[in-house]
Amino acid sequence: MKIFGIMAGAVIATAAGQALAQDQFAECRASTVGEAAIGGPFELVDENGHTVTDADIITAPTLVYFGYTFCPDVCPLDTARNGLAMEFLEEAGHEVNGAFITVDPGRDTVEVVRDFTDVFHPRMVGLTGSDDQIRVAAQAYRAFYRAQRSGDEFYLVDHSSFTYLMLPEIGFAEFFRSGASADEVAELTACYIDNM
Amino acid sequence: MKMMTMAAMATAALTATAAFAHDYTVGDLIIAHPMSFETAVTAQTGAGYLEITNTGDIDDRLLEARADFPRVEVHEIVEVDDVMSMQHLTDGLVIPAGQTVTLEPGGYHIMLMGLSAPFVVGDEYPLTLVFEHAGEIEVMMQVEVRMAETEMDHGDMDMDAEEASE
Repeated sequence: MKIFGIMAGAVIATAAGQALAQDQFAECRASTVGEAAIGGPFELVDENGHTVTDADIITAPTLVYFGYTFCPDVCPLDTARNGLAMEFLEEAGHEVNGAFITVDPGRDTVEVVRDFTDVFHPRMVGLTGSDDQIRVAAQAYRAFYRAQRSGDEFYLVDHSSFTYLMLPEIGFAEFFRSGASADEVAELTACYIDNM
Repeated sequence: MKMMTMAAMATAALTATAAFAHDYTVGDLIIAHPMSFETAVTAQTGAGYLEITNTGDIDDRLLEARADFPRVEVHEIVEVDDVMSMQHLTDGLVIPAGQTVTLEPGGYHIMLMGLSAPFVVGDEYPLTLVFEHAGEIEVMMQVEVRMAETEMDHGDMDMDAEEASE
């Protein structure tokens, strides 16, 4: 793929500047967050109403995003990007999971997160839960969220918009900002998979 | 440029529907390509996007948008330390003289709250834009596909779009 070739140059340049010793993913690293800092156990409710843990969700390299479906702009933008990256990776022979964890469990029911994620990729799973379950998951990933004061059902929620690449048994690998393209997400994810 | 992928999608969507492109003129303003993306079946909100060109000599201002939904607001996405916050532009959105302001994903949008039915590709709905100087105009917002199959084939098309957006 043409675009992957261009990206590879940037990735190698970034990794060379970091000189990470003994790191099997050194050539892939784009971010400098410590591996142990992000991710951890969570218990949530999946889009079919079943209680699941992180081990049930991260059964393959997984793109994890925190957002809310009432958000009409950035959340579908990022989630569409992640769905597209999953598609690109499938074309390249890599099956990765996608997870959308709501930060608005009050409005995002099981049905709503299922319908939302179905728009973007058939295998992307929507996750909701109790306020406590969401808080624990968000804290594990250091994801920020805070509802704006409104007093009615049309409240908005400020939230961090990172997508985290999590690897089974290894944990956190990489994060992607909202502005990253689907090609960039796919390319870096493929790099980690190739070095697993 | 931010939001490259969606910009690419929007470009592709624009190209695909070029034959149906619809512009409106009110005073010195040209309103181009008013659209929304399709939504999930149980979606509670949608976003409206369009392009406003001010061909006049004085700045104008989009004061508000009205449509048949429980709440409609003009919003800006504000990003501070990677936290995304939607802000209602209560003072309106300035359309500078001689310039084009684009409402597009990741920037400005018209937020439509309290949908009673999802946006389905091919649907359209009326929306009234209220400007400080140019006055009011009703436009038809056309619902377009978000994840077109052709965009999944991200070979040359995506490449072109990325080049164009840089």
